[in-house]
Amino acid sequence: MSKKDLGLLVLILVVGAVVTAINPRFLSTINLANTSNLVALFGILSIGQAFVIITGGIELSVGSLVALLGTLFIDFIAVREMDWPLAFVLIIVLGAIIGFVHGWLITRLKLQPFVVTLCGLLIYRGVARFYTADGTAGFAFGQNFPTLEYLTAGRSGGLPNSFIALIVIAIVMWVVLHRSVFGRYLYAIGKNEEAAKYSGIRTGRVVIAAYVICGVLTALSAIYFAMYTRSISPASHGQFYELYAIAAAVLGGFSLRGGEGSLVGVILGTVLLQELQNLVNLLGIPSSLNFAVMGGVILIGVLVDQQWGVFRARRRMIEAARRDVAGAPAE
Amino acid sequence: MNYSETSFAQSTTAPFLSLEAVRKTYPGVVALDGFSMEVRPGEVIGLVGENGAGKSTLMKILGGVTRPDSGTVTVDGVAHEGLTVEGSIGSGIAFVHQELNLFENLDVAANIFFGREPLKAGPLRLVDRAKLREMVAPLLKRVGANFSADAPVASLSLAQQQMVEIAKALSIRARLVILDEPTSSLPIAETEKLLDVIKGLKAEGISVIFISHRLHEVERVADRVVVLRDGMLAGTLPKDQINHDQMVKLMIGRMLKEREKASEAGRAPGRVALSADAVRTSAYPDRPVDLEVRRGEILGLAGLVGSGRTELARVLFGIDERLGGSVTLEGKTLNVRSAADAVASGIFLVPEDRKLTGILLDLSIAENISLPNLPAHAKRSLVSTGAEIATAEKQKKDLGIKAPSVLTRTGTLSGGNQQKVVLAKWLAMNPKVMILDEPTRGIDIGAKAEIYGLMRALADAGVAVLMISSDMEEVIGVSDRIAVMHEGQISGILDRDDFSQENVLLLAVGKKPKLAHAAGGAQ
Repeated sequence: MSKKDLGLLVLILVVGAVVTAINPRFLSTINLANTSNLVALFGILSIGQAFVIITGGIELSVGSLVALLGTLFIDFIAVREMDWPLAFVLIIVLGAIIGFVHGWLITRLKLQPFVVTLCGLLIYRGVARFYTADGTAGFAFGQNFPTLEYLTAGRSGGLPNSFIALIVIAIVMWVVLHRSVFGRYLYAIGKNEEAAKYSGIRTGRVVIAAYVICGVLTALSAIYFAMYTRSISPASHGQFYELYAIAAAVLGGFSLRGGEGSLVGVILGTVLLQELQNLVNLLGIPSSLNFAVMGGVILIGVLVDQQWGVFRARRRMIEAARRDVAGAPAE
Repeated sequence: MNYSETSFAQSTTAPFLSLEAVRKTYPGVVALDGFSMEVRPGEVIGLVGENGAGKSTLMKILGGVTRPDSGTVTVDGVAHEGLTVEGSIGSGIAFVHQELNLFENLDVAANIFFGREPLKAGPLRLVDRAKLREMVAPLLKRVGANFSADAPVASLSLAQQQMVEIAKALSIRARLVILDEPTSSLPIAETEKLLDVIKGLKAEGISVIFISHRLHEVERVADRVVVLRDGMLAGTLPKDQINHDQMVKLMIGRMLKEREKASEAGRAPGRVALSADAVRTSAYPDRPVDLEVRRGEILGLAGLVGSGRTELARVLFGIDERLGGSVTLEGKTLNVRSAADAVASGIFLVPEDRKLTGILLDLSIAENISLPNLPAHAKRSLVSTGAEIATAEKQKKDLGIKAPSVLTRTGTLSGGNQQKVVLAKWLAMNPKVMILDEPTRGIDIGAKAEIYGLMRALADAGVAVLMISSDMEEVIGVSDRIAVMHEGQISGILDRDDFSQENVLLLAVGKKPKLAHAAGGAQ
């Protein structure tokens, strides 16, 4: 765990302690279970976003995708009475295809990620609303999917199963990002795509793969969100979720220029965001201030981090200078 | 501009600038140690020294960016303990830096008088374009510009952009123009223009400090050469004693045998490794290029900037699309469509722009070296840090990369060591063809010799080496054969017997070279 991640963890614990002191319900089983479920749902979404951000890209369409894919999933199993495992696979494949198309437009046709995914944001939202004729997609009375519900909204030994899923995904993606050849390529491309290309890396393929990963994880979280809310009105479902995901990554130390950030960071970023949401609810702060609190904390977090970086760089320089005086003269 | 005549007349004997016992230390480093020099009006001083010799510190003091710890700086008879930036500009010292400070999106006139534009009367403070053009015209004439004041800077060649910088210097009535490595990225013909401009400045009584690693240019233009070594004055050479070997000797304190290291005559040429047949590039899509590089040779590729050399290298390496023709490697037709394809077939490129494309400054030495061959440093797709470090340690030792460890960030290394890292990542694999684009640009003379040695060792190991270079000394000193490009085509190939600056230049501008025997290489 890097110092940055450690700092974030300390911040999470401090905020947690303060909230508990004011309202002990923060630590109640039900609140913790609820919050960890939300952390899981947003965490899966944010990990996907992180893979795109690490390449220096951005994926703005994930909120709309959560709405579109969620609507489709519920429609498939509730209205079209498809077997849920089949629907599950279809949705994941659809997420992968959409990710691939985004990546292809960005790398092969050289469109800017912001533009491509902004168009996606508008298109998928529109399609979702059209699909339900601006109505609501939900389950009929008495419709039950015990296995699916257990896997998505159930609990094992007090832990939400969604949270267990997040842990598994996080471990796998940690290995991919921090230990694999592919992960190294992602960082290299984020730092300097040209130099990576000149080192013989097929940068286009790697970037497309990042968008596919983002699409798959978004599809997965879309299913979780659908099973969590159980009814979806596509006009508002998943709105601003892309911003939650981006915010989690930024809080977790990702640079929007690419090439920087850790998987632990993005998870901690998600935890802090959900903790803040929770804080707003528990401390009786008007919920209309919700976004303002989040924005403020992110701004302060980024500011502190940046200033800390400047401070450390200066200290390093002074230390290096001191070493030079003590040791052999520099070149 | 009437002041210049009077002051020139008054001060022909008195120096315009003199530094006396200037000392400047940074924590742990003595950058300048009791350095003295003087510059007389109309004098061209060649300032040479290895990287780290103290040139940049000296420039910073003259520019007023830093103050010396002790010593005096006398400008135009006024002694200062240290100049301020305003003081430096006010007394007529102007800089033309290696990295030009121009707004590429603006035109020449706007650049020259940026922030000092003549304004029309009225509350809108509109720029008086007519007046501006009137003011710019004589300046452009003085630098011998062959472009108009309305030309966008982006459309100018590097040498022309430097002329704009010099015109800018003249516009503030500079009396001392300091040119920092002005020719390092210029091709031969453009360098000539710049040297002419320097002579023009001299004729007007303006002093010039010319800083360069290209010693033969210093040799041609300087009235006096000042050599810096380890922050001290290593020596001053008067006009009649300026020569390459003397300068090098003073710079490094010994004689360098780099030039003798170049190929001995009679080396048996190997089989053709890489051949380009009628290849067309984006630079000149209508002109096919034919070129053969043999195993075991260093083929120098000379020519003017813009003659299509870099584009050819980019096509061979798969970065740019090949617009026609074919490429064969060891007799087999290659279809290189990406750098990854080129790397897979053993064609490697050390690109022109080290920091943007050669290495990743934020990665460690080990990570940079393993990057093109990462799967070989991985088990089941997981990177093995141990394997990476082992490879890097070997390269660090073989190439003499000076760094605390292989985990050091490459961005903190000197230019020469960064270039060695670029070479190391390819040497760690098995090169068949190594293309080097301006491999020693901006690298000090000691590291240069090492890089020449590495290139020669590669060639001796049977690699085909293609070296693109605009540095005449380098092309002639290092190559086994020289191919010269002119406007997108190979205008001729010189064998060792016909190597001369004149021949390379003639071919570069599309004329016939003077060959020793009629059967020589030119087509």
